[in-house]
Amino acid sequence: MSNTSTDRTDRTGRADASAASATAEDREDLTTAGSQLSTAPQEDAAPRDGAPNLPALGVVGWARWFWRQLTSMRVALILLFLLSLGAIPGSLIPQSGTDPTRVADFLARHTTLGPLYEKLGLFHVYSSVWFSAIYILLFVSLIGCIVPRTWQFVGQLRGRPPGAPRRLTRLPAYTTWRTGAEPEAVRGAALELLRSRRFRAHAAGDAVAAEKGYLREVGNLAFHIALIVMLIAFAWGQLFKSEGNKLVIEGDGFANTLTQYDDFKSGNLFTTDDLEPFSFVLKSFTGTYERTGPNRGTPRTYQAEVAYREGAHGAERRRTVKVNEPLEIDGSKVYLVSHGYAPVVTVRDGRGEVVHRQAVPMLPLDANVTSSGAIKVLDGYRDAKGVKEQLGFNAFFVPTFAGAGKGEMLSQFPALDFPVLALSAYHGDLGVDSGLPQSVYQLDKKNMKEFKDSEGKLLKKRLLPGETMKLPNGAGSITFEKDVKEWAGFQVTQQPGSGWALAGALGAILGLAGSLFIQRRRVWVRATTGPDGVTVVEMAGLGRSESAKVPEELGALAGQLYDLAPGAPPAGADAPPAGPGTAEAEAGAAEAEAAPGTGPETDTVPEPDSGKPTPEPPAVPAAEGAETK
Amino acid sequence: MTPAAAMELAAATNENLANLSNTLIYSAMAVYTLAFFAYITEWLFGSRSKVGRTAAALTAGEDTGRAPAVTVQKAGGTAVLERPKVVTRAAAGARDVPDGPGAHGGDVQGDLYGRIAVSLTVLAFLIEFAGVLARALSVQRAPWGNMYEFNLTFSTVAVGVYLGLLALKKNIRWLGLPLVTSVLLDLGLAVTVLYTASDQLVPALHSYWLYIHVSTAIFCGAVFYVGAVGTILYLFKDSYESKLAAGGRPGRFATSVLERLPASASLDKFSYRVNAAVFPLWTFTIIAGAIWAGDAWGRYWGWDPKETWSFITWVAYACYLHARATAGWKGRKAAYIALIAFACWLFNYYGVNIFVSGKHSYADVG
Ligand code: HEM
Repeated sequence: MSNTSTDRTDRTGRADASAASATAEDREDLTTAGSQLSTAPQEDAAPRDGAPNLPALGVVGWARWFWRQLTSMRVALILLFLLSLGAIPGSLIPQSGTDPTRVADFLARHTTLGPLYEKLGLFHVYSSVWFSAIYILLFVSLIGCIVPRTWQFVGQLRGRPPGAPRRLTRLPAYTTWRTGAEPEAVRGAALELLRSRRFRAHAAGDAVAAEKGYLREVGNLAFHIALIVMLIAFAWGQLFKSEGNKLVIEGDGFANTLTQYDDFKSGNLFTTDDLEPFSFVLKSFTGTYERTGPNRGTPRTYQAEVAYREGAHGAERRRTVKVNEPLEIDGSKVYLVSHGYAPVVTVRDGRGEVVHRQAVPMLPLDANVTSSGAIKVLDGYRDAKGVKEQLGFNAFFVPTFAGAGKGEMLSQFPALDFPVLALSAYHGDLGVDSGLPQSVYQLDKKNMKEFKDSEGKLLKKRLLPGETMKLPNGAGSITFEKDVKEWAGFQVTQQPGSGWALAGALGAILGLAGSLFIQRRRVWVRATTGPDGVTVVEMAGLGRSESAKVPEELGALAGQLYDLAPGAPPAGADAPPAGPGTAEAEAGAAEAEAAPGTGPETDTVPEPDSGKPTPEPPAVPAAEGAETK
Repeated sequence: MTPAAAMELAAATNENLANLSNTLIYSAMAVYTLAFFAYITEWLFGSRSKVGRTAAALTAGEDTGRAPAVTVQKAGGTAVLERPKVVTRAAAGARDVPDGPGAHGGDVQGDLYGRIAVSLTVLAFLIEFAGVLARALSVQRAPWGNMYEFNLTFSTVAVGVYLGLLALKKNIRWLGLPLVTSVLLDLGLAVTVLYTASDQLVPALHSYWLYIHVSTAIFCGAVFYVGAVGTILYLFKDSYESKLAAGGRPGRFATSVLERLPASASLDKFSYRVNAAVFPLWTFTIIAGAIWAGDAWGRYWGWDPKETWSFITWVAYACYLHARATAGWKGRKAAYIALIAFACWLFNYYGVNIFVSGKHSYADVG
């Protein structure tokens, strides 16, 4: 530390300060200047010895300590980290919510790991206790963070930017020149200039203090609030949502009541009264497919024509439902989620009477709609001897058959070009009365016997439309009619709160943009009369560490102010032309620990700017390359 | 013309376009390889340059951390001579180290090779772009239906971002070598392991959200990648600077390379800005994906592995941004978090497609 600072008096006229306390003061001065550039919570200075500063007080003390910890940036950071860590297992371990069969499979294969996972809630991570705990803590922390920050910000808006630090030279961007204009005039001009550039500016002592970019804070608070809105909307949706699936064959209808669904899931607070009354009929399904080229088989049109009614007695309306275009009725959405074929079959008994005629929906197994299903004749059938029995057929269906002798029953194309139905026949007890739920697409063959062909093997046959398979010994027949219907699978969902979630999401993006793209920064302009009676103007800028444009903006402002308060002639012919702002002058100033132009005692410092431009060496752009915005 | 003949013609056109695309991609790889060697040459010439060593000496002398401030010339053009100059200095407590001169180290020949490298990169970029375009035309849809196409588009965009920043006169030529190296790896992987002749899109992919969601996802990935390269270089440069400041002597190779890079503070700022700039877009990408999923699958958010990892990536980048505002986490720790976040992005792309099955698995491998 240079001893020149010992005999210096500060601007306010206070008595000499020791070098040490001067630096301490400086530091404090600078801290004040940079204070409240954001509303981030103050960090508790961690004690050096590493022991946490635990409270000595009772319950209240602990509660307060706990709250402070929870709402600190450090804990928010840790909770965020835990949130992302906690989300990982759910992506690697099968989840019962989305894939119950794989969970069952996993449990069957891992006899030790499975139950352990089950205990830890790893098959439903996102609704597990520990995952909920993380995000609930995070959001409590978030609220505990937003509220005080909002107040603090309101306080900042009410208050004024802090006054100029004594030594503007110590700020990240600095410039100075001498001018013939009066200090008051310069300050007045600066005030006007800054205000016209939408700074909040005020005069404080011999300087003007200004600040800009408050919208950054607004954006940041808006972003965090939007996160809360999104979470609440999401939680609300989870509690009240419902989701059901229904397969509808052309010509059939659906009414929105619980019993009509093939399967149904709902949130904890959902009641059946929440189901909105509407109904629809599937008029037709149309699928056409790319016939050539690289996208052969890709759907060209893939849509369901429906006629729907709102409420019990609403007028019938027509709509086309497509994959990305659900039918919306009030708060419910009807999605087209799948499609397949339903060949019409007729079953006759031993006497030749029709006992069963039905379009049988088949479940697709691949992109070319190779499908499988089951035909179940529950009652009305009597065998050749007139004994009541049940019939079952395993069915495979391909819309486009490869041709006889060409391998498997695998469809070659998704359209109905060459439909073939392959059946194998059983009789006996279908087991539907056992009380256990049973898939309509699968036969439970436990109590079924095979029909045998002439060679004593399972009776099976490939049928073209119009063909019939006879059951042995006059047991009847089954006919594949010349009629294949299409079916469409619909998912009906109700997800209240999604509008709010969307609003929150948009708010979050806007807030983020404000928070990340707007820079909050301060500018000070000091104009004082130098020792030789000439006015010295000093300008300095301060932003957050990432703020890129502070020097550039300061330069632009200085340029404009310079036009209003042009440079004065050099202080003396023999004054060293130490260009202010060159590295040497700056280093010198720093060395001397004194700012130019702050008072009569500063004459130990190299004379501030001559105002005359000095030829510059090619400048090194500082941190310029880092720009992205 | 009969319909059948028209179809055949169309099929032939597709075939030709697909072949053209493959040829263009291989050509682009060849030109990228040339660019790679040109960048290497730039670095080699730079290592012999005096300026490089001077910069090192300058830094080494300043172990007090009070280096001379850097002069910034503002308000470009002739007006400069009329205006006061702005002096900048590092924020309190930060190391004040000037930026290195760049790979060429001030060497004229090195600089020449650097320029050649950039020109070659531009050429390779154009060829690759044409290759991607031909691919898109041949499959008659956006060129991001599988991992092969995704890889092509990804590297094209990453190079595009780099060239865009260069065009904006940003000092980032130092990014050239690592970038072109990884582009070559990316393309190599694409044409060998991931190559897919052509395939179909499932109906759920037929939506304009495909264009919005997937294009922003690719763009974000490319920019995050650029940020991650900056972060890695920052970590190297930062430990180099600390070593110098502590009076240590880094190895000759490390010195030769690192002294020519921008200061660690500049690299740090660069990666921060790159990451921060795309973070809102990444947020948008996830939200757009949710909206699309809502339309296509009947639920906005289902914790599908791809969705989950997008979320994890998002939270990790939020962590990074927070860390930079948290005392004790700035600097290196924040940088590690940024790298973890990018690793999450990478895993979301490769890992989830390869190891995990979910609704997004149409993004098939090979
Ligand atoms: C739900 C989890 C949260 C997410 C996803 C999140 C995300 C973000 C993001 C992206 C930023 C922008 C960073 C920047 O301006 O550079 C930010 C800033 C900030 N967050 Fe959060 N945040 C979360 C929770 C919290 C919590 C719990 C707190 C309270 C301790 C908090 C306090 C802050 C503060 C003070 C800033 C501004 C820092 C600054 O001025 O640079 N955040 N947050």
